[in-house]
Amino acid sequence: MAQLTLPANSKVGVGKTFPAPAGAKDVRAFKIYRWNAEDGQNPRVDTYEIDLADCGPMVLDALIKIKNEIDSTLTFRRSCREGICGSCSMNIDGTNTLACLKGIDEVKGDVKIYPLPHLPVVKDLVPDLTQPYAQYASVEPWLQTESLPPPDKERLQSVEERSKVDGLWECILCFCCSTSCPSYWWNGDRYLGPAILLQAYRWIADSRDEHTGERLDALEDPFRLYRCHTIMNCTKTCPKGLNPAKAIAEIKKLMIERR
Amino acid sequence: MATERATGPSRPMSPHLQIYRPQLTSVLSILHRATGVALTVGTLVLVWWLVAAAAGPGPFAAARGFIGSWFGLLILFGWTFALFFHLCNGIRHLFWDAGLGFELKTVYASGWAVVAASGGLTVLAWIVGLFARGS
Repeated sequence: MAQLTLPANSKVGVGKTFPAPAGAKDVRAFKIYRWNAEDGQNPRVDTYEIDLADCGPMVLDALIKIKNEIDSTLTFRRSCREGICGSCSMNIDGTNTLACLKGIDEVKGDVKIYPLPHLPVVKDLVPDLTQPYAQYASVEPWLQTESLPPPDKERLQSVEERSKVDGLWECILCFCCSTSCPSYWWNGDRYLGPAILLQAYRWIADSRDEHTGERLDALEDPFRLYRCHTIMNCTKTCPKGLNPAKAIAEIKKLMIERR
Repeated sequence: MATERATGPSRPMSPHLQIYRPQLTSVLSILHRATGVALTVGTLVLVWWLVAAAAGPGPFAAARGFIGSWFGLLILFGWTFALFFHLCNGIRHLFWDAGLGFELKTVYASGWAVVAASGGLTVLAWIVGLFARGS
């Protein structure tokens, strides 16, 4: 059932302010969600004033600068810094995206940064992704076949068959889309969410996979698939420019076509 | 302490509605649901009006008096908008069900078209309605 407000232990308070260094030329405030299991307090928002004249262009650059120079306790995931690993997904300026792909100059005013929405927080900007990963495993995201592979080569696809997984294989599982979806917020325990459904469709659409029927059977459920109400927040927020809503619509169409 | 953290009931939930930016996609979606609820409630008013008409001149005059008051007309205006919005956005949903119109540009174009069409149809219906009543 949808709970629209935050539980008592999750209400966000006001935290500390770290002022800009003297002589800073181009100051911008970064307001960042903080929570640490060990201090036994509610989450808070700390403010860090950064001199943009002495900082890289992306939001991730600012986060790394804060961690290196101002407050080493700030915790966030990051790895590739070029939008291919999906680690630094977070809510920046009200929408989910990758910190490494979000330019600071794209944000007007204070840069507000929260963890991905409606997830348990491990620390600061690090959410617990156990559930989405378990849901990913539930769609069995690997090639499943009955026929034996050719003895001397791979299972081949035509150019046209291969093009059907374009726009699907590029997903990096950052979960920006799933955690932008109000339906996933309210029913994430049973609804698979856009990221996982796009991944499910990636295997359904693959001409080499021979378990399409079983895959559709597993999704034929009032919650797993049909909690998608075409809100379209997922497609709007995807930092890779993919279209999870379209993938879900294709699954729904296949459900009807096979009747 | 370690077990408390591992079991996780003390973990806060990250903010969601409180911080997520409202945008055309989500706003029109929730408006679709809200107008659906409004139409259901409005249908009850319609039933009341019909029952009052069947019950005789006294009850009908009371129902008519309420619906014809400024407050009744305001509710009726809202109901008209709910009807046209739900209709137009419902047509948008039919295209989506057919797998059409999922490109983000199209989603925004069709969204604004629904807003313009439902607003325009509401105003048009009232101009025609008030004109017909006036004559």
